[in-house]
Amino acid sequence: MLPPALALALLLGIWELYVDLGGVNPAILPAPHAIARALYTDRQTLWSNFLTTAREIVLGIAVGVATALVCAVAIHFSSVARRALYPLLVASQAVPVPILAPVLIIWLGFGILPKLLVIALVAFFPLVVTTLAALDAVDPDLLKLMRTFDAARGRTFRHVELPGALPGLFTGAKLAAVFAVIGAVFAEQTGASSGLGYLLSITTSNYEFAETWAAVAILSAFAMALFALLAVVERRALPWAYGGAR
Amino acid sequence: MPTAERSAVDVTSTSRGCAPAAGAAPHAGIAVERVTRRFGTAGGAELVALADLTLHVAPGEIVSVVGPSGCGKTTLLELICGLQRPDAGRLVSEPAALMPQRDLLLPWLSALDNAGLALRARGVSRAAARATAGPLFERLGLAGFERTRPAQLSGGMRQRVSLARSLLAGKPVLALDEPFAALDAITRAELQAWLGHTLAGERRTVVLVTHDVEEAVLLSDRVAVMSPRPGRVVTELEVALPRPRSRTDPALVQLRAQALAALGGRA
Repeated sequence: MLPPALALALLLGIWELYVDLGGVNPAILPAPHAIARALYTDRQTLWSNFLTTAREIVLGIAVGVATALVCAVAIHFSSVARRALYPLLVASQAVPVPILAPVLIIWLGFGILPKLLVIALVAFFPLVVTTLAALDAVDPDLLKLMRTFDAARGRTFRHVELPGALPGLFTGAKLAAVFAVIGAVFAEQTGASSGLGYLLSITTSNYEFAETWAAVAILSAFAMALFALLAVVERRALPWAYGGAR
Repeated sequence: MPTAERSAVDVTSTSRGCAPAAGAAPHAGIAVERVTRRFGTAGGAELVALADLTLHVAPGEIVSVVGPSGCGKTTLLELICGLQRPDAGRLVSEPAALMPQRDLLLPWLSALDNAGLALRARGVSRAAARATAGPLFERLGLAGFERTRPAQLSGGMRQRVSLARSLLAGKPVLALDEPFAALDAITRAELQAWLGHTLAGERRTVVLVTHDVEEAVLLSDRVAVMSPRPGRVVTELEVALPRPRSRTDPALVQLRAQALAALGGRA
């Protein structure tokens, strides 16, 4: 824990000195102490908006994981699905999310659904790609061995391919957790009445940059927390993937 | 594959699926008759892996196949296991289970559950698979290692677990693909003795592919020597020596020299 804490302290220290001594207008780039003050004074607003966004992100990732698993398995099992879906998957990532988000809101209304879709969309791709890569990486000799054991395709999948693909799924989930936070901000910048992304647009348009940075700090901390949580779960659930401990 | 060629393959080799294993085959053991196997290459050229290969293995017999690298030994095993089909010729075999060169143990399963994979593959429950694999662990010198993960096992122990898994597949034929090639000399000698002892207690037909001529004469009833690609059997040597055999037995040393000469003559 010490190296990241030191790195963060160093970064904040340089930032603080740059704003205090570098002649920067603190109204445009607030110093860390001003952001910290905003974090404290606006804590209630920030907390209630954080809850909205956190809920969207967690549900969005869940939707993303579920659809990505279904897609990855379909593509893994069927070369027709692979040829049909893979180009679409890649194309789906080229859709500019800041443009798509307002379109979805006009189409689907102001509820949570369009936000979940945007988050799921950005979380989906890294999940499919890493899970599929892990499924495809299963040793072909192991598949041959299972055939000489008369294993039905489904049993080979259950006993060999799926467990073997779990580290890939976790890699994708860790990436998706970070992307989902960005997706939530885009989703909330239009057509939302709460959430940290909504708060970001309000505060930037009011030139309340200390409050903006306070919201950014919370989003970053949440992304880190999700990433760390997934890493802990992965180490617990898949000790075999980390050598050593049993 | 053209139908004319496919029809040359006896139907018994297709019935290995879930069909009752033993007794169903009209010919027990393995009959490989003038089998040819070709592969297309990227350049469109054809690579003949096996040409007119003939090999018969009687039920309960242990036959070693030795030959230079790339002579199609692994192709022969995959044909016997039904993983490939011959392009020409006739191949009849009772259902066969493979034991691969690399142990291919699953890192997330204990040694016992790895051995039980052959049963789980057929839908046996975890508890039943463990109950069946347990006594075999005792017999194979694996007692005490049931709950150990593959990463904590030595190379020799991993190969023992791998053989336990292939035995548990319950097939009358065992196809062993250079099982000890990756082990150090001391462990290999130890496992050769262990395999000889284990196979003596099993009523199985065994095809052992190896590039170690000494291993072949030590363990088998007969040694088939293959030519370089395209592979065919050039010599067969009977090993009519009592077991357990000694490496230094002059009769064994002489057979080994004969096999080496047969290999060298074609290299």
